[in-house]
Amino acid sequence: MSDELTFHFDVDGENFTSAGHASVKVKKILRELGLDPETIRKVSIAMYEGEINMVIHAGGGEADVSVDDKGVTIVLKDSGPGIEDIDKAMEEGYSTARDNIRSLGFGAGMGLPNMKRYSDEMNIESEVGKGTTITMKVYF
Amino acid sequence: MKVSELIEKAGFRAVTLPDADREIKGAYAGDLLSWVMGRAKADDAWITIMSNINVVAVASLADVACVVLAEDVELDEEIKQTALDREINIISSGMPIYETALEIGKFI
Repeated sequence: MSDELTFHFDVDGENFTSAGHASVKVKKILRELGLDPETIRKVSIAMYEGEINMVIHAGGGEADVSVDDKGVTIVLKDSGPGIEDIDKAMEEGYSTARDNIRSLGFGAGMGLPNMKRYSDEMNIESEVGKGTTITMKVYF
Repeated sequence: MKVSELIEKAGFRAVTLPDADREIKGAYAGDLLSWVMGRAKADDAWITIMSNINVVAVASLADVACVVLAEDVELDEEIKQTALDREINIISSGMPIYETALEIGKFI
């Protein structure tokens, strides 16, 4: 894989039950590329958590995934409300999700911590009122 | 052990079984989906009472061997179809989570 492969997805913010479509597609692509199962698992979970966050908090967004000879890069960009306190948001158990989200099994305050756990590098750029861009890298 | 063997030995019921020969190497119980994604390991049997469509996505992305629905929780037909499309094994236990976990613990 000397050439970089890139994939773009629009994440629908309206339909909560379809959240995860982009992650599932990426998982399928990575399997077809023959990546090892643990790398696929890390990328899939990190991206799914990010996708769910965009649906819960930001009304959707865009996901760009690229694969090169070093690893997988995931960029998640939304124009949502932004994260007021990133350090707080990174704490396990801290969540601003509403009760209806919690009843679906989300909103446990584990999304961003899981994204960090499963990515080798993670960078969050967020501005209140403008949006959030999260870049995650998973190396081979 | 294989998912199909667990069903037989533990007296569980198959809900969707597209990959009956998948090996189970451990188990995890929990209903908070991010908690499951953070803690469950690949090839675990995941015991839960959650029954919404996101369970299928989490099972797929976390790469668990099967979902074990405790307390005879029922799934909508649409969710079963999605599970089949994504090759997710889902089995059902009539027991609560704790007893289900104890039962699985006898065999892995």
